[in-house]
Amino acid sequence: MYEIRLHSRGGQGGVTAAKMIAHAAILDGKYATANPFYGAERRGAAVVSFIRIDDRPVRVYSQIRNPDLVIVLDATVMETVDVLQGIKPDGTVLVNSPHPVDMKGYPTSRVDLTAIALSIGLVLAGSPILNTPLLGACAKLGLISVESAREAIRETFNDERNVQAADQAYEELVK
Amino acid sequence: MLTVATGNKAVATAVKHAKPAVVAAYPITPQTEIVEQIANFVETGEMEANYIPVESEHSSMAACIGASATGVRSFTATSSHGLVYMCEMLHWAAGARLPIVMANANRALGPGWNIWAEHSDSLSMRDTGWLQVYVGSVQEAYDATLMAFRIAEHEDVMLPVMINLDGFTLTHIMQPLETVDIGDFIPPCKIAHAIDTANPGGYGTLTPPTEHFKFRWDIERAMRDSVDVIRETEDEFARRFGRRYAPVEEYRCDDADVVVVAMGTLGKEAEVAADILRNEGIRAGSARLRWFRPFPAIDFGDKELVVIDRDYSFGYGGILARELQAAFGITPYSVIAGLGGQEVTYDDIAGFVRERKPGAEFWFGVSD
Repeated sequence: MYEIRLHSRGGQGGVTAAKMIAHAAILDGKYATANPFYGAERRGAAVVSFIRIDDRPVRVYSQIRNPDLVIVLDATVMETVDVLQGIKPDGTVLVNSPHPVDMKGYPTSRVDLTAIALSIGLVLAGSPILNTPLLGACAKLGLISVESAREAIRETFNDERNVQAADQAYEELVK
Repeated sequence: MLTVATGNKAVATAVKHAKPAVVAAYPITPQTEIVEQIANFVETGEMEANYIPVESEHSSMAACIGASATGVRSFTATSSHGLVYMCEMLHWAAGARLPIVMANANRALGPGWNIWAEHSDSLSMRDTGWLQVYVGSVQEAYDATLMAFRIAEHEDVMLPVMINLDGFTLTHIMQPLETVDIGDFIPPCKIAHAIDTANPGGYGTLTPPTEHFKFRWDIERAMRDSVDVIRETEDEFARRFGRRYAPVEEYRCDDADVVVVAMGTLGKEAEVAADILRNEGIRAGSARLRWFRPFPAIDFGDKELVVIDRDYSFGYGGILARELQAAFGITPYSVIAGLGGQEVTYDDIAGFVRERKPGAEFWFGVSD
């Protein structure tokens, strides 16, 4: 079982991102679950979502304590949250950032999802949409296929710019 | 058709397929998505039903009672405080023998204010005469909802059915969902004692001491008959759609020395714990109780039991543990865990089994 913990802020679309990643994995023929932790968070608060991908049905409902992959959609959450907590020794990190980020030696990929969203006008209520480009980055990391990433996006949003953003993130991811 | 859905969406989709004539509802976290989705189905014409947005849960159940009394299929959904607010009407629905189907998103009762999973809400409605089933996955939420209509409306049952799913843990998780073309799996709703204006009759009139107990006994007789109806419905469901359910879902129980008994999602998580324990040489299994009313007959033989209660009866004990103890004369290790959404992992459950002390009660996070 491959376990992903996704850190974001309320309003950035982290929950929808988790759902779309699980959806894409299911479209790939795998079993997957996405369970965001719902608290009393409001827009802007640090939030966390969990994604599990496996070849057999997932029977686990609890939160992920030892992720294989940590995704940080908003690097500023790292000021208050230890996003690396419990990460597996061979775990990896994906950060939304224009610059290389030191994640205590864990292999870290980066992509500037914010710039991608802004460059094609993917903005909702003043905030850049980060979740759809994130799927492109996940496809580049091999978590999901490009086709399933596109399909999961299209089933959630009917604006083709979201797919364009994912394609761009796929190209721009720096491993 | 394979889709991806939350537990709430699965219930709403099953309700759409069951085609109730009336849905009356009042929103409450974490159930709101169910009635929101149904309202959307009705609004877009995907579903033909009379959707009645009411001002409280007491009224949503009253509206379902009214609808059902005219002989049509009805549905509502609620959670926690909403469920206990409609308590009086729950007794009314069962007493009037109306096959209403309701989904309950299991959630703790306040204060302190808490919106997360706990079974105290539905278990406190244990003696209302409703059948109660607890589900453990998104797929099962869909399947159990379809079966609930057929079971409730069966002429040998004619009692309301409550489908329980863990708040947030199951209502909001995203999992694969295989929907089916239900065909004639749910026969047309026929309620023999429905209101007929051509033949006026009295409903809910004064029932004297010479008669009342007969109606009570009739409820119990139907509850006992429902055991066969449930089995027959689950068999027919498996025949048609390929997914098999039983009142108790057993996992690696056959040769087990110790079995974890739980309801809802903790019962699924317990399967993973059993796998871990087996690797350590402890012969463990999981028995996930699905039907709580009617209470299933289970033969645990001489296996040790670790019972996880996501509920509590103050001054007495874990409700499931106590019921199992009373029904089968066993002495379980009673674990109280997961109250108000408390995190309980498969590792924690494996720990309960390793540290078990038959006859003792252990409050996770409190006891040493």
